[in-house]
Amino acid sequence: MGKIHMDGIISAVKKVRGGVKVEHHKNTAELEVVRMPEPRKVILPMQQHIGAPCTPTVSVGDTVAVGQVIGDSDKFVSAPIHASVSGTVTAIGNVKLPNGNVTQGVTIESDGEMRLWEGIKPPEVETKEDFVKAVRASGLVGLGGAGFPTHVKLNVPPDKNIDTLVINAAECEPYITVDYRECIENSWDVYSGIRTIKEFLNIPNVVIAVEDNKPEAFKVLSQIVEGDSSDNGSIKIMQLESRYPQGAEKMMVQSATGRQVPPGKLPADVGCIVMNVASCAFIARYLKTGKPLVSRSLTVDGMAIKEPKNIRVPVGTSISDIVDFCGGFKDEPVKIVAGGPMMGMSITSLDHPLSKSNNALLCFSKEDAKIFRETDCIRCGRCAAACPMSLIPTKIVRDTKAGDAESLLDDGVMVCMECGSCAFSCPAKKPLVQHMRLAKAVIREAGAKK
Amino acid sequence: MTLNNKLVVSASPHARSHETVRGIMLDVIIALVPALIASVIFFGPRALIIECVSVGSCVIAEYLSRLIMKRPHTIGDFSAVITGLLLAFNLPVSIELWKVALGAIVAIVVVKQFFGGIGQNFVNPALIGRIVLLASFPTAMSKWTAPLSWLNSVSKLEGITSASPLASIHALAKGGAMPVETLKEMLIGWRAGCLGETCAIALILGGIYLIARKVISPTIPLTYVGTVAVIMLIAGKGNLTFLAYELLGGGLMLGAIFMATDYTTSPITFKGKIIFAVGCGVLTSLIRLFGNLPEGVSYSIIIMNILVPLIEKATMPKPFGTPKKEKKEAEAK
Repeated sequence: MGKIHMDGIISAVKKVRGGVKVEHHKNTAELEVVRMPEPRKVILPMQQHIGAPCTPTVSVGDTVAVGQVIGDSDKFVSAPIHASVSGTVTAIGNVKLPNGNVTQGVTIESDGEMRLWEGIKPPEVETKEDFVKAVRASGLVGLGGAGFPTHVKLNVPPDKNIDTLVINAAECEPYITVDYRECIENSWDVYSGIRTIKEFLNIPNVVIAVEDNKPEAFKVLSQIVEGDSSDNGSIKIMQLESRYPQGAEKMMVQSATGRQVPPGKLPADVGCIVMNVASCAFIARYLKTGKPLVSRSLTVDGMAIKEPKNIRVPVGTSISDIVDFCGGFKDEPVKIVAGGPMMGMSITSLDHPLSKSNNALLCFSKEDAKIFRETDCIRCGRCAAACPMSLIPTKIVRDTKAGDAESLLDDGVMVCMECGSCAFSCPAKKPLVQHMRLAKAVIREAGAKK
Repeated sequence: MTLNNKLVVSASPHARSHETVRGIMLDVIIALVPALIASVIFFGPRALIIECVSVGSCVIAEYLSRLIMKRPHTIGDFSAVITGLLLAFNLPVSIELWKVALGAIVAIVVVKQFFGGIGQNFVNPALIGRIVLLASFPTAMSKWTAPLSWLNSVSKLEGITSASPLASIHALAKGGAMPVETLKEMLIGWRAGCLGETCAIALILGGIYLIARKVISPTIPLTYVGTVAVIMLIAGKGNLTFLAYELLGGGLMLGAIFMATDYTTSPITFKGKIIFAVGCGVLTSLIRLFGNLPEGVSYSIIIMNILVPLIEKATMPKPFGTPKKEKKEAEAK
C-alpha cells in the first residue's frame, strides 16, 4: 500500500471516544459477489424502510415484471417497492418481519424468466429536485443496514448548508464484507455515484472513510481519486482505525469534520450528509439504467453454514432459499442473525424474506453463538468506557428499574444508538442494549401519560 | 421447518467479549500472589494460616448467607476469596484466629450480603472488617512482629514485637530516633507491619499486572500516591527520606493499588476517579500528620467510598453532542 501518493489522504480530524475492539471475522473478504439464481417465489413486505409502509398497487393474479412498482405510499418518508422477479402475484397478506412486526406482503411466483419491465428507462435528471425524485422512484433505502429512505436524506431543506459529503466505507460490523466487495468490484460505480451526489447537491467537500483493516479497498479508491484531477482536490480519503462503531453516522461526521451531531439532530444540522458506499454505487447504476432496487448483495457466513459466500439476491427471497444456495447447514444452527453480530436481529424462522436493508445473514453454530450466564453488575465501568455516546449504561439500568423517566432523560439515553458496545464489553454479560430499549420505553410511556 | 422452534432469539449484540467477572477476579487474585508469598517469607507459616482462615471464613460466610437468603450462589465468582485475602493482608501476624474469622464474617455478611451481594456494597468489605477489629481489639491489632523473627524465635509463632517504621518516622519530629529499617528494607518489605502491606515491590508488581491486563486503570493508584507524595513533600519541607518512608510505610501501596481501585466502591467516571483518589490522598496525609493514629489509609478510603455517589453525580459526563452552552448551564446547576 506504501506506493500511494499521500495528497488526498487524511486521518480522522477528531478521534472517536469509546468503542470496542471486535474480532473482525472478515472471512468472506476475498469472495467475489456471485449472483444467486432467482428463487421460485419471493415475498415482498410493504415495510422495508423507516417511515410509512407502502400499500400494494397490484392484485392477486396480476402478471408483473422485474422493476415494476408493486407497492407505494403517498407519504414522503417512504420508498416504493418493486417486483424483484417476473411472474404472477399469488397472494397479498400479512407477513411477519424479523423484528416481530406484521406488515402486508406481496407474494410473487416466478416464471423463471426474470423479464424486465418495459417501463424501465434511465431517469431524466437535470436539477436537484429531479435527482431527489429519481432516487425516491428507485426505491433506494440506506443499504448499510439502517434502511432510511435515501431521498429523504438527500432532500436537504434550503436553510441547511451542507459542506461535507461523508462516504461510509468503514464497514465496522464483524463478518460483513459486501461494502468492501462493492469498493473493489464496482469502484467506478462508487466513484461516479459520489460525483453525482456531490454535483446535484452542490456539496463542496467529500470525505471517503475506510477502516484500516481494508487496505485493498483503500488502495483502489485512492487510485481513482488520485487519478481524477477534475475534482480539484475536493474529494479526500480518510483512513480510520478499525474500531467498532467507527461506521456509525455520528461517529463518521465527527471523524471527518470534528463536529458533533447534537442529541436529537441529524448530520445535516451540522452540515453533513453521510452515505453508504453501496448506496452511492446503486445511484450511479440507476441513473445509467433506470433499474430500481430489486436485488442486493449480502454476506452469508457463520460456522453453521456450509459455504460462506457473498451473494447478490433478489429482494424478498426467503432465508431458507439463501441457506440452500450456500450449501445448507454443515452444523446445527443455534442462532441466525439478519445483519451484523453487533446490531443485527436474531430471527425466529427461516421463512423470513430478505429485505432491502439486510446486508448479512449469519448462521451461528453452538461455537460462535456463545450464550453466557448473566451475573451481577460489579460496577466495573467497562460499559461507560465503551459507550461512544458518553453514557453510563449501569446508571441507566438502575434508573430503568426504578422507572424514573426524569433521571433517564438526564442520563441522555435517547442518544443511545444501540450499537452494543456496552453489552459487548460487559463481563457480567448483561443484555445492556435490551436495557437501553426498555429505558427508552419508560421515557416514551411517561411522555404519553403527560 | 422443524428448525424454527429451536433457534435462540436474543437482543443484539450477538458477539461478546471474553471477559467474565470470574476472570477479572482471578486476575486480581493472581496480582495478590507476590504479596502473599512475601508475607509468608517475612512473617512465617502463621501468615499463611491467617490467610487461609480469612479466605475460608469469607467463602463459607458468603455460601451460608446466600443459602439462608435463598439467593443464587456466588462463591464461584471468587470475589469472596479476594475479600478474604485483602482482610488477611490488613492484619498483624500475631492476631488470634477467631478474630480473623470474626472480621471475615463482618466483611461478607454485614457489609456485602446485607446490601445485596457483589456490586452492591457501598464501602469496601475488607476495610470495614479491619476497622471493626481495630476498634474492638486495638491492642491485638497494633502488636507488630519483627520480620523474619519467626526463624529464630523460640516459639516460632509469636515472634519478637517491634515498632512500625511509620510510627518511628512520625516520632522523629518529636525527638525520636530514625526508623531502624533502611529504605531498601522498606522496599522489599523487611519491616514490621500488616501481613500484606510491607512488600512494596510485590504490591507494585501486582499493580502493574492489573494495569497490563486492563483490570484497573492507573488513574486511582497514581493520583492517590501522587497526592500523598506532594503533601508529604511539603510537610517534610522537602525531606526526601521522610517522603520515601511515608510512601513505602503503612498500607499506602496496598490501599492505593488494591483497595481504592475496587470497582464497586470507586467512581466510574474518569473525573470522579481523580477526585476520589485526591480525597483519599489528602485524608491519608491529614490523619498521618495530625491524627492520633499512626495510619490513615483504611479510614480515608472508607470515607471516600461513602462519598462515591455524590462524586459520580457531580462528574456525570454529558451525552455526545450536548452543546457547550448547555454543558455549562448543567454544570452550574
